[in-house]
Amino acid sequence: MQNEASDVLNQFRQGDVDAFETLFRQHQRVVYGWILRITRDTAAAEELTVESFWRIHRARARFEPAQGFEGWARRIATRTALDWLRTSRAESELSMEDCAEVAAPAEADPAVTAEIRSKTALAFGRLPPKLRIAATLAVIEEQPQKDVAAALGITVAAVKVRVFRALRLLRKDLERQGVRP
Amino acid sequence: MNAHDQDHQQTRMKKLLHEALPPVAGDAGPGRDLWPEVLRRLDARVSAPASPGWAWFDGALLAGLVGLVAIFPTAIPVFLYYL
Repeated sequence: MQNEASDVLNQFRQGDVDAFETLFRQHQRVVYGWILRITRDTAAAEELTVESFWRIHRARARFEPAQGFEGWARRIATRTALDWLRTSRAESELSMEDCAEVAAPAEADPAVTAEIRSKTALAFGRLPPKLRIAATLAVIEEQPQKDVAAALGITVAAVKVRVFRALRLLRKDLERQGVRP
Repeated sequence: MNAHDQDHQQTRMKKLLHEALPPVAGDAGPGRDLWPEVLRRLDARVSAPASPGWAWFDGALLAGLVGLVAIFPTAIPVFLYYL
């Protein structure tokens, strides 16, 4: 079984399309889910999943089978999503309508009004993409910090720093808007 | 602000962020089969004509050089020397 998986990885490295399809079928759900967590947009997540697998295929010669496919694919997917955050999803595009669609969770604090939630979502959209992606994965999605670090290609300590800076910038932005978190 | 206050602020910000942006169901798969699209991208890459490797500034540089030579023909030996 393990030999079979190793063969598929080696064939993929050599450019075999059938091996690539096998890997795609095995990992597309994980890659799509990871991108969806970052983008929060199903259409964009589908488009970026295709883009990620295209990049994966393009970079196949650099793939080291010993390091495992999933982590490598997740790292490429994270970079693809980060590029998307930088270009397509600029802060100006995040409208109030987008934020208004965010319903309060079941266990919501009654003191946190819909207006505060909207302002928070807007302020979050204004954060630099590098900080936003770390805070999205580590705080909102509660992914293990070591997974976030591996996906971003940084250390766990660097993830903590980025999250800290993201939350501090978010607090300052909210204070400017008259919200005291 | 001391470390305790800072921790408290961070915890409150995390809670607020959770309420404003609840986590998405990341375990859901895509709504359609994406493989044909990936395959199309791969085929497009294979069948794409080879790029001549020229950018607009290469053309502009060449046009500038031709213009310069036309205006100052005496500069031709100098260019030839540096080629």
